[in-house]
Amino acid sequence: MTDHDATTFSYLCIGCPLGCRLEVDEDDHGDIIEIRGSGCRKGDRYAKQEHADPRRNVTTTVAISGGLWPRLPVKTSSEIPKDQVLAACEALRQVRVQAPVKMGDVVVDDLLGTGCSVVATRHMPAIT
Amino acid sequence: MIDDRPHVLHSKYDVVVAGGGPAGLGAAMAARTAGAERVLVVDREAEAGGILLQCIHSGFGLHHLGEELTGPEYAQRILQSALDDGVDVLTNAYLLDIDNDQNLKLLSTDHGLSILDTRATVLAMGARERTRAAIRIPGGRPAGIFTAGAAQRLVNLNGVLPGRRVVILGSGDIGLIMARRLAMEGVEVAGVFELMPHANGLSRNIVQCVHDFDVPLHLSTTVVEIHGRNRIDKVTVAPVDDHLKPILSKAWDVPCDTLLVSVGLIPENELSRELRLRLDPTTSGPIVSSTMETSRDGVFACGNVVHIHDLVDFVSAEAELAGGHAGRFASGIRPPHDNVRLQPGANVAYCVPHTVTTDQPHTVYLRVRKPLEKSMLRLRDSEGAVVHERRLRYVVPAEMVTLKLRPGVLDGFQGDSLLVEVVAR
Ligand SMILES: Cc1cc2nc3c(=O)[nH]c(=O)nc-3n(C[C@H](O)[C@H](O)[C@H](O)COP(=O)(O)OP(=O)(O)OC[C@H]3O[C@@H](n4cnc5c(N)ncnc54)[C@H](O)[C@@H]3O)c2cc1C
Ligand code: SF4
Repeated sequence: MTDHDATTFSYLCIGCPLGCRLEVDEDDHGDIIEIRGSGCRKGDRYAKQEHADPRRNVTTTVAISGGLWPRLPVKTSSEIPKDQVLAACEALRQVRVQAPVKMGDVVVDDLLGTGCSVVATRHMPAIT
Repeated sequence: MIDDRPHVLHSKYDVVVAGGGPAGLGAAMAARTAGAERVLVVDREAEAGGILLQCIHSGFGLHHLGEELTGPEYAQRILQSALDDGVDVLTNAYLLDIDNDQNLKLLSTDHGLSILDTRATVLAMGARERTRAAIRIPGGRPAGIFTAGAAQRLVNLNGVLPGRRVVILGSGDIGLIMARRLAMEGVEVAGVFELMPHANGLSRNIVQCVHDFDVPLHLSTTVVEIHGRNRIDKVTVAPVDDHLKPILSKAWDVPCDTLLVSVGLIPENELSRELRLRLDPTTSGPIVSSTMETSRDGVFACGNVVHIHDLVDFVSAEAELAGGHAGRFASGIRPPHDNVRLQPGANVAYCVPHTVTTDQPHTVYLRVRKPLEKSMLRLRDSEGAVVHERRLRYVVPAEMVTLKLRPGVLDGFQGDSLLVEVVAR
């Protein structure tokens, strides 16, 4: 292996409190050559995932009218690509719903074409 | 959160629980299971659920419920189960006092001032945020200084942003989670400043709250001055030396309109103090036996009011224990008194419960003072002999250590106190 055509990326493992610093070497085709620094196998798996396709669950709030509070907490039904998180938050800032809402109700169907829906994480009864 | 049902307030209860967070609701359910007929939970807020209602992120329930939920989902689940179990919940109700005969003084929107007669009480009032560090910072007191939890409530419940450009002091999980929350709402987070050389939060929060949103994290750095006339307009920050003293010659200014202070939680112990319960100076919560009973007969306690828990799952486990014993106490069943006192030894800040018995299984929660990589948890008798030991992989102050004692473990132990230590292997 020649060193100069490898690029190194670093990650912090979130698998346990040890927080191993992981390094991923990638060749110029974008393939992983080596993963260093993991204290256990979980770290290797995490590094691969974070390197190739990092994803996140998004939890935020949307505006709601007619409920006890003016905000309704929501979450994505599954993880979305990390680089779409900010755009997702931005899009959800434009959403307003009307009470009553039940936990699990779908607030947005297909978030930014990710195929992922956004659901309420609590009941919000209508205030009469 | 769940439509209010018409509420009658009785004058006699088997168990009254102060606080409707996960600790209080869990204890109430356990009291019902243990046979208590009439169980009432009172909470001063408009809805039960406690701090979880404002913790809209996920990370709750992995141990206790086997799935990862957001705070509001966890709260709603347990509230629903408590109501299904026949627990009465009264909100907008503040518990003021308990006298020696277990008469409770309650102030509520629906019923005004009431005196309730109860056989047992469970304290589950949770915690509040420390503000001491904020008070000590020199400079004026312009508007724009919040605790991280107060800001969390503003943003997640009231829908109000605390400012446009925010500095966060303290890298505990609440501070980190607020950094992400504000960044998501389009607020600029100018930086998180941490006095210690290591971040206090979970690595998961460092990655997903700080790195993901390109928030600058400055370790070994603190806020040394607050500036601004009416509204805060900047803070001065400085690195600290090995003795945590700021090096003022290296200070710099950070423009901001908001300062969030996130320097830890402290048990809500006003009521405990008024009741003259014996308190542990380290946890600031009441001293409790292995049944979670305080120094006052029939008054039990669980959750953050006893000691600060990082995981709600442990709160729920502790609540089950406290509520179960409160329920049995109400029907006149008392287990024998504890016979062993647990004393924090080397590198152990505190242990809860404070006493145990030798013939029952127990879960002991403890916190270390310093991080240690390969460590050993030891119980020693008063002569220094090792009674029990367990290897631990990695311990940090931010993560509670749990020690499960099976009945056999303390067999043959004769003394009346055990020293608990966590030392290098
Ligand atoms: C910002 C933040 C983030 C967290 N993140 C996580 C996480 O990701 N995962 C996790 O597992 N845990 C997390 N936790 C920890 C967990 O949420 C807490 O440990 C748990 O909620 C504590 O429960 P509790 O019932 O003891 O207290 P609380 O939830 O605080 O409930 C106490 C209740 O008592 C009421 N009360 C107080 N005094 C009185 C009185 N005199 N009369 C009547 N009512 C009263 C209050 O109104 C409140 O509703 C987090 C905590 C915070 C603050
Ligand atoms: S690699 Fe393994 S040991 Fe290291 S932090 Fe990740 S899970 Fe923990």
